[in-house]
Amino acid sequence: MNKIIFKQRLSENVVRIDVIAPVIATRAMAGQFVVLRVNDTGERIPLTIYSATETPGAIALIFQEVGATTKMLGALNAGDFIADIVGPLGRPATIASYDTVIVIGGGVGIAEALPVASALRKAGNRVIGITGARTKGLVILEAEMKAACDEVFVTTDDGTYGKKGFVTEQLQELLAKKISVGMIYAVGPVAMMRSVANLTKSYGIKTLVSLNPIMLDGTGMCGVCRCTIEGKTKFACVDGPEFDAHQVDWSELIARQSSFKTKEKESLERFHR
Amino acid sequence: MPERPANERSKDFGEVNLGLTKEQAIAEAKRCLQCKNPSCVAGCPVGINIPGFIGAIANGDNNTALAILKEKNNLPAVCGRVCPQEYQCEKACILKQQNIPIAIGWLERYASDHGETSVQSPESGLRSPVSGLSVAVVGSGPAGLTAAGDLAKMGYAVTVYESLHAAGGVLRYGIPEFRLPSAVLDAQLQSLESLGVKIILNHLIGRTKTVPELFGEGYKAIFVGTGAGLPKFLNVPGENLNNVYSANEFLVRVNLMRAWQFPAYDTPVFIGGKVAVVGGGNTAMDAARVALRLGAKEVRLVYRRSRSEMPAREEEIQHAHEEGIHFEVLANPTRFIGNDAGFVKSLECIKMSLAEPDASGRRKPVEIAGSNFTIDIDMAIIAIGLSPNPVLPYLTKGLETMPDGHLKIDDNFMTAIPGVFAGGDIVGGDTVIRAMGMGKKAAQEIDNYLKTHS
Repeated sequence: MNKIIFKQRLSENVVRIDVIAPVIATRAMAGQFVVLRVNDTGERIPLTIYSATETPGAIALIFQEVGATTKMLGALNAGDFIADIVGPLGRPATIASYDTVIVIGGGVGIAEALPVASALRKAGNRVIGITGARTKGLVILEAEMKAACDEVFVTTDDGTYGKKGFVTEQLQELLAKKISVGMIYAVGPVAMMRSVANLTKSYGIKTLVSLNPIMLDGTGMCGVCRCTIEGKTKFACVDGPEFDAHQVDWSELIARQSSFKTKEKESLERFHR
Repeated sequence: MPERPANERSKDFGEVNLGLTKEQAIAEAKRCLQCKNPSCVAGCPVGINIPGFIGAIANGDNNTALAILKEKNNLPAVCGRVCPQEYQCEKACILKQQNIPIAIGWLERYASDHGETSVQSPESGLRSPVSGLSVAVVGSGPAGLTAAGDLAKMGYAVTVYESLHAAGGVLRYGIPEFRLPSAVLDAQLQSLESLGVKIILNHLIGRTKTVPELFGEGYKAIFVGTGAGLPKFLNVPGENLNNVYSANEFLVRVNLMRAWQFPAYDTPVFIGGKVAVVGGGNTAMDAARVALRLGAKEVRLVYRRSRSEMPAREEEIQHAHEEGIHFEVLANPTRFIGNDAGFVKSLECIKMSLAEPDASGRRKPVEIAGSNFTIDIDMAIIAIGLSPNPVLPYLTKGLETMPDGHLKIDDNFMTAIPGVFAGGDIVGGDTVIRAMGMGKKAAQEIDNYLKTHS
């Protein structure tokens, strides 16, 4: 049992919870995640670690309420407990010295991109951030991104805040200025990551993404998170979640993410009853 | 052995075997010749005093029978249900020559189910605590639990680290409820904890803590029993279509996460109508029989050799057959075909014939060119074997592996890292009882090691 010590709603459907997990807190690195169960009948879900504090030995998780489990989790408050949590899982993000890097976060992916942006900055890179959200009300962590990056471009699909358009349009503008970029890191909805990959391929810029397939154990023993990378099968939970964006079989990943659409709908209807 | 009728039991997850009655057990136990030089004992990977416990059952003394079992076997209720006795003790039984070996497995189960667990025999080997010496065990499957129990009996302070949220390893996530009820497993775990074994869940050693850190915390030796948790895939086209599962994924959803009780339990599993299970071992049998119980109309086992080459336990093959599972033998998948939405809709196979034996000693399956055929399915489960889970060796400097991923160990079960021992599927075992046998021997080696290295 792990206690929730802090809960904050960042937008209509994005929640932050801080959970006591002393061992995980001492060694979590940017890009890693945990797998948790809300209660004893719950399913196991992966959530990226946003931050960790050694005292009081807690980790912060920022997640979007999409289905029954994330909504159940979002309904908990400080003082409540979750049944199980294991981590830190996955290979940490590759942090190297490139000179200038662009970090792109879409939707709740902004929360996943932020720790990587910080780590890249710490490693001596000049970090340009691009964030994207559907509308003003869903823009999250703007101040935090501005603190972590040297420069941030905020975009919304409908133009109600920042620049109107997708993150790829903002990225295209930057690249057209011929700035020298050593690496691009993108995390967000799969369609967004795929669009970024397609764009940067033509520029020949190294692009890393954090994939989000369905997971079950998170320890490499079941294969549900299998992705095809450069024609070979890789497990996102132990070989990733970070992969070379230009090697990912995107249509397979998108197809596999819909494996349980019917059951997910059923669970959500049950949750709302 | 009294069994539930096939057409009734294939609709739920209740245990199939009902257990011997008192009369049956005593009658069977009295058939044992109590050989002066029992051949059965050598056939048992953990060396149980078989004539001893059977003699006690014959006398109506189940408590003593169980105590004798527990001298060598910390999990007798498990073994009595899942050991392939027909290849081990019962094969060695002298009465096998007349085709009427003693039903040692059924008697083991009887004693475990009816004996009083708290009774310890004078031969139980309990030593007083060896102060200051603690041992860490990585993995709470049969190898780890056995090593832990024996080390605790030897007086060491033992802590078991398990990566999942429930202990038991393959006993929990792999073997279905109708073969090994989780309540039986829980009782076995409780009796281990009463020996002083500590079990810590949700710890993936290599990530949550490292092997060097465990030594830093004061453990004087470590036993690694992380198992064969890496699914093997066929590597044929279409294998990543939706509703094509590895057996591990399927069984973890159903056994560990209780997806058969969805939506009361949140983890989903697809309920196939026409299911193909590829493989012929115990895992394939388990997967096929679970799919049936979830409500499949048709379950086909696709196996590239013939029925007599199937490595599964004879009882499981028989039960599967009785429950109506089709055996599509001498057939091998060539590709999975999907619909526009990315879900599997059919499986193309090719017929096989058997040539001369290959490296495994079994006749080599060879494709019959042009014999391809297609079966309609909406779900497939790949149960063609498992490889050692690579996470711990990948993350632990110096933990050498063989080319196939098994941990390298010497004759004393010690890995390339001094003080780190290993046993079970991670070094090449392939059944619960073989894992237990290795756990037992490794515990002995750890004891020897600690007597000279601490």
